Amino acid sequence: MTNILTLERVETFISQYHILQGIDFEAKAGEVSVLLGRNGAGKTTTLRTIMGLTPASKGTIHFDGKDITKMAPYDIANSGIGYVPEDQGIFGQLTVEENMKVAIRKETDATMQKQTYILELFPDLKKFWKKQGGNLSGGQKQMLAMARAFVNDSKLLLIDEPSKGLAPIVIEKVMEAITEMKKHTSIVLVEQNFMMASKIGDTFTLIDDGRTVQSGEMQNLIEDEQLKRKYLGIG
Amino acid sequence: MELLISLTINGLATGMLIFLLAAGLTLIFGLMDVLNFAHGGLFVWGAYTGVFTYAWSNSFLVGIIVAILTGLVLGFITEKLIIKPVYGNHVQQILITLGFMLVLQEMIKVVFGPNGVPVKVPSYLAGSWQIGDLTIIKYRIFIIVVGFALFGVLYFILNRTKIGLVVRAGVMNREMTQALGINIKRVFLIVFMCGAALAALGGMLMAPYSGVVYAEMGMEYAILGFIVVVIGGMGSFQGSLLAAILVGLAGSFMAYYVPFLSVAVNMILMASVLIFRPQGLFTVAKG
Repeated sequence: MTNILTLERVETFISQYHILQGIDFEAKAGEVSVLLGRNGAGKTTTLRTIMGLTPASKGTIHFDGKDITKMAPYDIANSGIGYVPEDQGIFGQLTVEENMKVAIRKETDATMQKQTYILELFPDLKKFWKKQGGNLSGGQKQMLAMARAFVNDSKLLLIDEPSKGLAPIVIEKVMEAITEMKKHTSIVLVEQNFMMASKIGDTFTLIDDGRTVQSGEMQNLIEDEQLKRKYLGIG
Repeated sequence: MELLISLTINGLATGMLIFLLAAGLTLIFGLMDVLNFAHGGLFVWGAYTGVFTYAWSNSFLVGIIVAILTGLVLGFITEKLIIKPVYGNHVQQILITLGFMLVLQEMIKVVFGPNGVPVKVPSYLAGSWQIGDLTIIKYRIFIIVVGFALFGVLYFILNRTKIGLVVRAGVMNREMTQALGINIKRVFLIVFMCGAALAALGGMLMAPYSGVVYAEMGMEYAILGFIVVVIGGMGSFQGSLLAAILVGLAGSFMAYYVPFLSVAVNMILMASVLIFRPQGLFTVAKG
């Protein structure tokens, strides 16, 4: 399977802090690639660096065969990457409908069909269509954030901690949605919840102190108790 | 009764002129969170370029168009050269825009001369209607109509169009707007240019109302504009309209009934609102 996203020796600073000190990462087309690591390891910064929100100071990022390392965030988004940030980034004073309208780049038949499909996937969004984003529950906000990233013809979705702060029953729903979205797009997932990550992930990349430690098939990590204990504190 | 109507019309007309200036500030200061003290400079440049074009072409409409174009061009230059490097830093914004305000003001004297320039109301808007003992000045009614019409257009654009939606989203979360594929810097440049054009239009419409334009008028009216934005609530057009009308009416009535307080009336109004409703009459939440 071909790589849709490749990071080579990526380094990123936030102010004077050297957060990413050498990230190598590959995401294959049609798969869910999971970034794992402890708190503060650099997972979120890796996603932000891919999106150009905290640009890389060294290394290269290739998406779909194109170098996107120095591109502006809006150009990266327009090249086909959807982003769901950790805090969901919902426009709290806009309704669900308006949040979707801002996200939709062109109101073509295909996009509107995709929106209809998304509303079947997330019926709560249809139910609260005219409700302000800020008044949704945590799970509904997560669904709206994923719907916004997914509504355009994105070839890759970057999803940061989708299970964070959600009740187990809601996490189940989110997992089902990601599994469904996987049929249409590639996904890079940052997730602390190993149970969830191991169920939906195809491959993993372990990050520690801003560096890539190991990567491979998810099944290998599931079976490697020592690796899980050392870098994830579980097992 | 005639006196009350006359004072109300005067107050409304003044309020609408302040609204035109404050509407631009609502976009730039209220929505984009940029403290642009050069706004008065854009106002006065709109007034001068419009007035000189009006005198040269003998067409008030052409004067208005040139004033708006001047506002757009100056808005572009101001955002690119002055504002862009200091986004997010209020102290630097105050210093650099105050400096630029002085440059714009002095440049007026260099280009158009140091003395005030008298301006006449165009013939088709000159004169008044007489209804019994009541005299209604046509140009004041024109200002009131233009003010309400502009409010309607701005309200429609901001609340009923995609670009308005993008601006509101960008104000709430710039980063997320970019991550959704929107070049928010370009959007904000356009918003800034529109704000500057509104200031320039305000300056041009103010000119025949006050009968004279002078270089220092920008700073005087800019302060009124800031007062109106604060009273109305940051980023709210409804708030700015209501506050501008309040300021206009208060000035008009106080000047007649309590003349010694007329200078302080705006400060009293702002202080009262800040004490009882610090967020302003209307609020636009960010985030």
